[in-house]
Amino acid sequence: MASTTATASAVHATPRSESGLWSWITTVDHKRIGALYGVTAFILFLVGGVEALVIRLQLAQPGNHFISPDVYNQMFTMHGTTMVFLAVMPLSASFFNYLIPLMIGARDVAFPRLNAFSYWVFLFGAIFLHVSFLHGGAPNVGWFGYANLTSREFSPGQGVDFWAIGLQILGVASLAAAFNFIVTIINMRAPGMGFMRMPPFVWMTLVTSFLIILAFPVITVALVFLLFDRFTGTNFFVPAAGADPLLWQHLFWLFGHPEVYILILPAMGIISEVLPAFSRKPLFGYPVVVYSGIFIGFMGWGVWSHHMFAVGLGPLADSFFALTTMLIAIPTGVKIFNWLATIWGGKLRFTTAMHFALGFIALFTMGGLSGFMHASPPADLQQTDTYFVVAHIHYVLFGGSLMGIFAGIYYWFPKMTGRLMDERLGKLHFWLMVIAMNVTFFPMHFVGLLGMPRRVYTYAPHMGFDWMNLTSTVGAFGIAVGLLVFMWNWWTSLRHGRPAGNDPWGGASLEWALPSPPPPWNFATIPVVKSIDPLWHRESRAAALAANQPSGPIHMPPRSHWPIVSALGATLLMSGMIFGWVVGIPGLALTLVGIYAWAFEPCT
Amino acid sequence: MVARRPTRTVLRLVAGLATAALLPAVLAGCARNEFPQSTFNPRSDIASMIQSLNLQLIFWAVLIFIVVQTLLIIAIVKFRARPDSPEPKPVHGNTALEIAWTIAPAIILAFVAVPTVLTIFKTQAKPARTDLVVKVVGHQWWWEFQYPGLGIVTANEMHVPVGRTIVVDIATADVIHSFWFPAMGGKRDAVPGRASRIWFTPDTVGVFPGQCAEFCGLSHANMRMKLMVDTPAAFADWVELQRRPPAGGGAAPESTAAVAAAMAFAEATPLPAGSLAARGKEIFSQSACIGCHSIRGFSAGVLGPDLTHFASRTTFAGSLFENTPDNLARWLTDPTGRKPGALMPNLGLTPEQVNALVAYLVSLK
Repeated sequence: MASTTATASAVHATPRSESGLWSWITTVDHKRIGALYGVTAFILFLVGGVEALVIRLQLAQPGNHFISPDVYNQMFTMHGTTMVFLAVMPLSASFFNYLIPLMIGARDVAFPRLNAFSYWVFLFGAIFLHVSFLHGGAPNVGWFGYANLTSREFSPGQGVDFWAIGLQILGVASLAAAFNFIVTIINMRAPGMGFMRMPPFVWMTLVTSFLIILAFPVITVALVFLLFDRFTGTNFFVPAAGADPLLWQHLFWLFGHPEVYILILPAMGIISEVLPAFSRKPLFGYPVVVYSGIFIGFMGWGVWSHHMFAVGLGPLADSFFALTTMLIAIPTGVKIFNWLATIWGGKLRFTTAMHFALGFIALFTMGGLSGFMHASPPADLQQTDTYFVVAHIHYVLFGGSLMGIFAGIYYWFPKMTGRLMDERLGKLHFWLMVIAMNVTFFPMHFVGLLGMPRRVYTYAPHMGFDWMNLTSTVGAFGIAVGLLVFMWNWWTSLRHGRPAGNDPWGGASLEWALPSPPPPWNFATIPVVKSIDPLWHRESRAAALAANQPSGPIHMPPRSHWPIVSALGATLLMSGMIFGWVVGIPGLALTLVGIYAWAFEPCT
Repeated sequence: MVARRPTRTVLRLVAGLATAALLPAVLAGCARNEFPQSTFNPRSDIASMIQSLNLQLIFWAVLIFIVVQTLLIIAIVKFRARPDSPEPKPVHGNTALEIAWTIAPAIILAFVAVPTVLTIFKTQAKPARTDLVVKVVGHQWWWEFQYPGLGIVTANEMHVPVGRTIVVDIATADVIHSFWFPAMGGKRDAVPGRASRIWFTPDTVGVFPGQCAEFCGLSHANMRMKLMVDTPAAFADWVELQRRPPAGGGAAPESTAAVAAAMAFAEATPLPAGSLAARGKEIFSQSACIGCHSIRGFSAGVLGPDLTHFASRTTFAGSLFENTPDNLARWLTDPTGRKPGALMPNLGLTPEQVNALVAYLVSLK
């Protein structure tokens, strides 16, 4: 290999490649934080998956008594909340963390300690949310928590409190991370990397981060109202006091629709990297793909009421939101056509990552088309709140986001670990999952159109719902088998996978110039970027590979334990709303100490 | 030549798949008895308008599906790397193509947007005429139907005459519910503090199931209802029956102001003295029943369903159980055990009391 690895002796900073628990707790290395995000989110993804299996077992036959209705309501609430906030978002965040500095030619993110803080807040928030299972029952009002069902009058338990406070905590993590990535992407790109030379994944991260910083304040406000109502007896959502409970729906979906794009845009970014790599062709229409992503992110703010057609907002509002929603189909379609044009005329190598990226196109298109159907309000009035919409969101989030995420895992695993994943097991995983996914979710289109509402813990026999529900249940276990294959593959490849080398796929972006796994400082010399797809052009490739040659001292941020202290403090402080002063006051003290020490920590 | 043949096979495969995918939808339209709650079984003017729009949407969705998946499969088959395949040309884009595939979806959307907006305004316009107004009130977890013009209040089973335009005012007593009879049209939420109104003109006599479509708490799944579309004559009979005073005494709807007279009427037509039903009526008035349930002219509770003509209904408790003496007895013995979260408490009735109450309820024809 032509590249030489920089040695620690050439570096001024504390060596950070130590092992041991403490090195992980105090790490500020974006790659380690990315790994922490990935493993934690995957475990939570499995938790959400088990919840899904419990749901499917209960619905396997009509009038089933596998679990009680209250447990069922907890299960679907936690399944939705977990998959959105604790699985797909942090899995995307894992890729942001690991890849953004590598792709833009930086040594770390702009605020490494804030990055660690984001992860720890996310972890503690996730733990806090799950404490509810042991403390009087998990939230049971749906991941959308419609007022006024969430009021003390109709939800006297603490589940809703756990849910609202938990989302606030997780919001802090998302916001801190999003600000970090915006600053990193705007300020820390390698010389020569103009905005229109950024890899598409970096672009989608930037758009997603902007969506996060604009969308999360909206739900924060809504949750503050809700918490005030529940804890201090205000009347933001109390109809008896003259409040309109629709305020919640407007605020929630003003957050919730951009949230949909927060979940899907990173996956679109991933496949925009994977498809060109395995087609040996640059991304077709790069600027158009980028602008479409921006346009989707922008339009995402003008469609929220399409979640509320059944409310009856009047024909004018319905028409407006129908048209804006249909408008989003255009940039989405444009992206799909550009991906097809990328593989068209290419020399396609069907690696596992490529399988998943192509699977994304096939399945996401189906989710897009069912979405296009209920963009039309009269049709939506028959489809909303039925299993048709359950099918739709799963084709978008499973067929889209998760397919993209798995494509990303298979694509970058060699970069992250230095080893290749097993391709045969990978393809088995792919086929099991794609087939089982369709067995699970395709019948839901029909069971919904045949009149089965969502969020019902049981259904009557003789409605024609029986065999389709049973099919879905069987499919869900097929997905579980596929995941077991993936986990086996991940574990054995991590230990015994074939060495990957720097660039096993012939990738185009900067990370493939580095050793696998990259050294803590990533680039011994900050590279100069001379073109888009730097590794695919002779001159710019040489410039990129030169990044492995040390050319001077490397300044790296030191480790810190204050992020975890501050994160723990902030979580305890907010848990005090449930557990009282005994927890809240120490939490406040810890937060203040943590932030103070953080601010004055010497930064060598 | 080599690339062509698999392409054609693939095309045939895709066509087959598309047919297979549509088959259940076609079946759903045909086998009405098998899928009583189907949205593909329109039985009113509104539902038919939605159906015709929906079929257009499905047509475009299936067409786009076939085009995209076909292109995808052709690309996968045709451009798979072979030992002799040349290095691909590094094409970065094509402006004409980009414009084409921006305009193509826009045109399709125009084809969909126009009928969408037309249907929105048609279905949400004021009804041409109003033959009957029914006020629906959603409760955790049952439905109340009031007929303000007729002085009738009933629960879980809504009767309407065929061929008449029904205006439905939708309200809730507690949280958000959603009123939905798929055969009649789309759903409409019952939002606290908000008056919602829909209308439809049923075109077929029959019984159509519906249920609450907005998650409303523990027993959301058990908040079902039935729509009885009657012939005008049968509907008139039903109205006549519902307006009669209840068995064993009560008041006709007009006489709500004259309760004293009603009570006198009740005295005049008592249940056979010493009968089990009379004993049940006594228990009803002496226990918690009377606090929550209305029996016109006899009790005035408003928390639970009106029971004036309870025995004329085919189902009870959110249309969850067949209205049989056995089911009633089980229900009275343990309401929350039969229907999770039911707000009717377990009254700790003895089997004798239960039998008497069942006899009384069965007499409320």
